[in-house]
Amino acid sequence: MHELPMAKAINEGLRTAMVENNKVMVMGEDIAQLGGVFRVTEGLQEQFGPNRVVDTPLAESGIVGTAIGLAMRGYRPVCEIQFDGFVYPAFDQIVTQLAKQTARHEGTQSFPVVIRIPYGGHIGAVEHHQESPEAYFAHTAGLRVISPASPNDAFWMIQQAIASDDPVIFLEPKSRYWHKAPVDDATPALAMTQAAVVREGSDVTLVGHGAMVSMLLQAADVAESEGVSAEVVDLRSLSPIDYRTIEESVTKTQRLVIAQEAPSQASLGSEIAATMTERAFYLMEAPVLRVSGFNTPFPPARLESHYLPDVDRILDAVDRSMAY
Amino acid sequence: MPYTDSTLRLLNQDGTLVQGDGLDQYHQAISHLTEADFREFYRVMTVVRRFDVEAGNLQRQGHMALWVPSIGQEAAQVGSAFASRPQDHIFPAYREHTVGYVRGLDLLDIIRMLRGVTNGGWDPKKTNNFHLYTLVLASQTLHATGYAMGIGYDGACSTGNPDKDEAVMVYFGDGASSEGDTNEAFIFAQSYQTPQVFFLQNNHWAISVPVRVQSRTPLFERAAGFGLPSVQIDGNDALMSYAATRLSLDAARAGQGPHFIEALTYRIGAHTTSDDPTKYRDEDELAFWQAHDPIDRFRAFLERQGVEGSFFDSVAEEADDYAADIRRRTLAIEDPPLEDIFRHVYTEDHALMSDEWEWLKEYTQSLDEGQ
Repeated sequence: MHELPMAKAINEGLRTAMVENNKVMVMGEDIAQLGGVFRVTEGLQEQFGPNRVVDTPLAESGIVGTAIGLAMRGYRPVCEIQFDGFVYPAFDQIVTQLAKQTARHEGTQSFPVVIRIPYGGHIGAVEHHQESPEAYFAHTAGLRVISPASPNDAFWMIQQAIASDDPVIFLEPKSRYWHKAPVDDATPALAMTQAAVVREGSDVTLVGHGAMVSMLLQAADVAESEGVSAEVVDLRSLSPIDYRTIEESVTKTQRLVIAQEAPSQASLGSEIAATMTERAFYLMEAPVLRVSGFNTPFPPARLESHYLPDVDRILDAVDRSMAY
Repeated sequence: MPYTDSTLRLLNQDGTLVQGDGLDQYHQAISHLTEADFREFYRVMTVVRRFDVEAGNLQRQGHMALWVPSIGQEAAQVGSAFASRPQDHIFPAYREHTVGYVRGLDLLDIIRMLRGVTNGGWDPKKTNNFHLYTLVLASQTLHATGYAMGIGYDGACSTGNPDKDEAVMVYFGDGASSEGDTNEAFIFAQSYQTPQVFFLQNNHWAISVPVRVQSRTPLFERAAGFGLPSVQIDGNDALMSYAATRLSLDAARAGQGPHFIEALTYRIGAHTTSDDPTKYRDEDELAFWQAHDPIDRFRAFLERQGVEGSFFDSVAEEADDYAADIRRRTLAIEDPPLEDIFRHVYTEDHALMSDEWEWLKEYTQSLDEGQ
């Protein structure tokens, strides 16, 4: 058990996976000598050499497309996309090829490719560096989509993603990269397909993923001081979504608030709200509420604090839910 | 004139061999081929063309939603396919029926895909590394390049033994050459010096758009701009297709990096059975290429070699039998089971797959009970 920032925890997870299996390789832009723009792959090329830690040409479709070929050859490539807003040149290879190859091959060939994407806001960056594109990928059959919220989950979930024979979109909440927390490298975390109750409560269930989880925990603390007991569920997996854990929580609290940085239109939050309405309509004391980014492009950074859900907006939704 | 001064050719349309400066290495590359090999080239081209006609008929009779004819492109394919070695991996686009046949694919599997009983059709491990067709243009150029990178990382090339060193060949067309993926594949292949041949069949038309809209530069010159050793060949000349591919693949497998071949050929038929080329092509152009038919050319070559007339008759008979067998087996294809919707989407459990399959089973059952 030691304290690590999330970026370092992912680095340690990658290192562990690469030691365990020499077919695991990492590839992407600036990841070798530089160790990635966020230093997540720092030191890996030194340890594993240039054939397993590969600086690629600056072409995202090329990165994912060649990773598919490498997977056919028996490798387990871990691709880094430098920023959320730069994944779109690779979107075709991800959606039309990677996601569908296992089915197209009728199970005779697996495609264990992991695509790491630093995502989300809160870092005051320029356009295309603050987005939350998870809905595109969760909408695509054949992909698994996961996002850790803590260094411990990051350490374990990157290894689980690499071990999976399915393609995995691994979304890294970049604003949490530097946040330190204990990592228990002896006790595996929950399976990457499971959600986790990270704070117990009895009045309202708050659901979110990635950087939103710490925001929900802060909101739960404030709510507690105001006499409302909030349970916080960290989704962890965005495809599939662990509805059983959400339903268990809602069975107890009868109220559900979902927070996300992404715009609400056709989002994960919308999907969860619809599904929980179908599954738990008679359990609910209030409509499912969403707290989201606005349905606009991500604004210039000086406005991001007004765009992104914050503790107050979450508490406002909690109040509205409790008012029913 | 579709050919250029750079177009390499070993076989004239009248079946005579071309001699000349700079062709020595190509003659050398086919010098080990025997008359039996030549007969096999002819047999394959003839059988696959007959298959192609039959498949088109089956589509017209409602047994497939679509057919993709490859008539006219047999020589480019038969030569390059025979030039590959057993350990090589072949990444086709979707018109490489002759290549598939040479590598051992049951061509019924193509029909199964186009009939709509599978989105794949075969297991490349069982078709001598002939990979699945790829319908999104140029996607496979990157898969091939990644595969070839893996060969390099495995140390499975560049040992100097052409019978063991592995290489990759990827097929694509003049339309696909405009896609970003093709260009990215050239870049990656060059960066990592992959053991790989890019085999472009320039059949002059991307559905209705002529190649001059794709490129004002001859396509082999464009590849050369990326630093790939590149040649333009007469793609209706099976011997030159064999020779150029053999040399390029063996150079690539020996560690000399990726190579590029532009094979000038022609799509005699429509893009697919949904297409109507009379709306955009002129008859003179079609007539030019019909006069340069690759199978006619090869037959003329064989006749000059003294191959007896009964050989051609027996090949025609075999082709008819093959087509009849394909027809019989096409009509016997059964629809896939309902569960196939959900099978193999993931390799491991995924709640949506199991939940929705359970729902569909119950729903289907409830409809049956309601009747």
